[in-house]
Amino acid sequence: MKLYEYEGKEIFARYGIAIPKGRVVSSHSEVPEAIKYVGLPAVVKAQVLVGGRGKAGGVKIVNSVDEAIDRVKSMIGSSLRGAPVRKVLIEEAVDIDRELYLSLTVDRSVRKYIILASREGGVDIEEIAARSPESIVRIHIDPLIGLRDFHVRRLMYELDLPEYGDLYNIVRGLYSIMLDLDADLVEINPLVITREGRLIALDSKITIDDNAYFRHQEFFDKLMSEERDLTEEEIVARKYGFSYVKLDGDIGIIGNGAGLTMATMDLVRHFGGSPANFLDIGGGANRERVKNALSILLNDRNVRAIFINVYGGITRCDEVAIGIVEALKEHGTQKPMVVRLVGTEEEKGRQILEEHGIKFYVSDEEAAKAVVEIARRG
Amino acid sequence: MTIIVNKETTVMVQGITGREGRFHTERMIEYGTRIVAGVTPGKGGQSVAGVPVYNTVDQAVRRHPDIDTSIIFVPARFAVDAFYEAVDAGVRNIVVITEGIPLHDEIKMINYARGKGVVVVGPNCPGVIAPPIRVKVGIQPARSFRPGHIGIVSRSGTLTYEISDYLSRSGYGQSTVVGIGGDPITGLDFIDVVKMFFDDPDTKGIVVIGEIGGDAEERLARYIRDVGLKKPIIAYIAGKTAPPGKRMGHAGAIITMGMGTAESKISALRSSGIEVALTPMEVASLAKKVFG
Repeated sequence: MKLYEYEGKEIFARYGIAIPKGRVVSSHSEVPEAIKYVGLPAVVKAQVLVGGRGKAGGVKIVNSVDEAIDRVKSMIGSSLRGAPVRKVLIEEAVDIDRELYLSLTVDRSVRKYIILASREGGVDIEEIAARSPESIVRIHIDPLIGLRDFHVRRLMYELDLPEYGDLYNIVRGLYSIMLDLDADLVEINPLVITREGRLIALDSKITIDDNAYFRHQEFFDKLMSEERDLTEEEIVARKYGFSYVKLDGDIGIIGNGAGLTMATMDLVRHFGGSPANFLDIGGGANRERVKNALSILLNDRNVRAIFINVYGGITRCDEVAIGIVEALKEHGTQKPMVVRLVGTEEEKGRQILEEHGIKFYVSDEEAAKAVVEIARRG
Repeated sequence: MTIIVNKETTVMVQGITGREGRFHTERMIEYGTRIVAGVTPGKGGQSVAGVPVYNTVDQAVRRHPDIDTSIIFVPARFAVDAFYEAVDAGVRNIVVITEGIPLHDEIKMINYARGKGVVVVGPNCPGVIAPPIRVKVGIQPARSFRPGHIGIVSRSGTLTYEISDYLSRSGYGQSTVVGIGGDPITGLDFIDVVKMFFDDPDTKGIVVIGEIGGDAEERLARYIRDVGLKKPIIAYIAGKTAPPGKRMGHAGAIITMGMGTAESKISALRSSGIEVALTPMEVASLAKKVFG
């Protein structure tokens, strides 16, 4: 789960990482109080979880209370790159000398933690990685020894900052946050050096490993008690337990197993079609799961045809077939559907589908060609 | 010969009394796997499919000193503990089926076990199956596999069954099939398993089934460039249509920082002389040309 900037900053403050003086508001009526607290000029920042907020107009400098009220009024209730703005963070404007990039994450290829840093702050790390990958400082941390002083020393000299003792506290803070909260990314971008030589986290990005929910139930529940902009994917995952990703095509995809479902999308593209989604019903799915999965696609207006591709190992083809039939009974709005079922109880599954006049394929390629053709005809 | 498992492989099942553990213990025994013990704390003294259940791994290995392999079905929040219990009891091969283990646990588990020379398959994987000797330490459906000389290593489950099935039907049975798992951190990776297949005289050709996310496929390509293509390899990469920044089912299947795209993997593999199939079926149709 992604945290909002203000949530991340509250955590930073708890771990002794300096942040600008700030207040979160959810209505323009709270603005005068907030400005009184942070002073002028101030910065108003829309709280959304999408990237490119600054470019989309979600960050503005204000010089008066009236200006602040106007900005907040226009931000709250609007949407930024598709994400609704519910809260705005109002902060003191910081006198910036230099901007850096600093984050802690996991380097999966060597199975270690990694500090990533750059002298170019305020820019997406993706952008720096693409433009000048050699300029990114990378320091690995072996999980069995944890963060040591030498890691921070290396970072200081690489960034040419030996005079900033604050860096120790910041890196230590980030490392503790990562472990304490099961974060898979803790990022400060930019980390600014003020003209007085202080290091301040001007932004925060923290993502928490959803698999660690059981260790932080209270924390997660507190986060969820706030209204959050969950993606459609997260809503479906929470409601049904499916892995679901929405795409921009018109052929709905259901598969069992992540790899097979991706391969099914690719197959549709391979034969000239365009997948509308990724939906993995997982291993051993029963009729109820199949029915729920199909309902999501039947209710999706962008989906013009559906391709169900199941290789039955633990999953039984007859259960899948019954789930399909039940979903179709429930939804009057039938969309053309191509079903490819092989594996465990394949004969029974085939029979159930045939009784209900649903066309059935054994070859995944034949099925993919058929669904692409159906979608093309419309 | 086969890899990771052999005719003498003797297995303990951790989490044997759970629904999954029980079901797959029966399937593994049916297939021919030698399972001598199960472990579930608090269920010691019971038996599952004729297999005695112990309260601790220590009790199980003391009673059955021939145990060399463990398979873990324990739910995610207890799987980490079960894993360390097996490592510290001296078990040499551990297959972790469990999905949903927190990343920070995985990173420590895998580093700890690798440091002790323990072979870890998974987490979040279907396990290992060796059709020529009928040994299965995993959850694969037996029907997809035939004895033969193709080694398969994969990050996914169902897609592997599908491709094995296509290969089996085309007359290319398998020596050993290894599912390394779909999480960002795995025990064995592609290089480890391909190395084992290179050294296995009964494996004549290799199929690598990758997917988006990370750089395991790119690193394999670099490794092959360094040591040479000692045996013919066909690869298939899933996720050519996956958008960046989205997790596609597996925790590890995500394109981040422009890294881990299918295009990057396919071009790296091709430049190392590895044939890349564009569809699962094409793996089988390329087999004749590549494996002979």
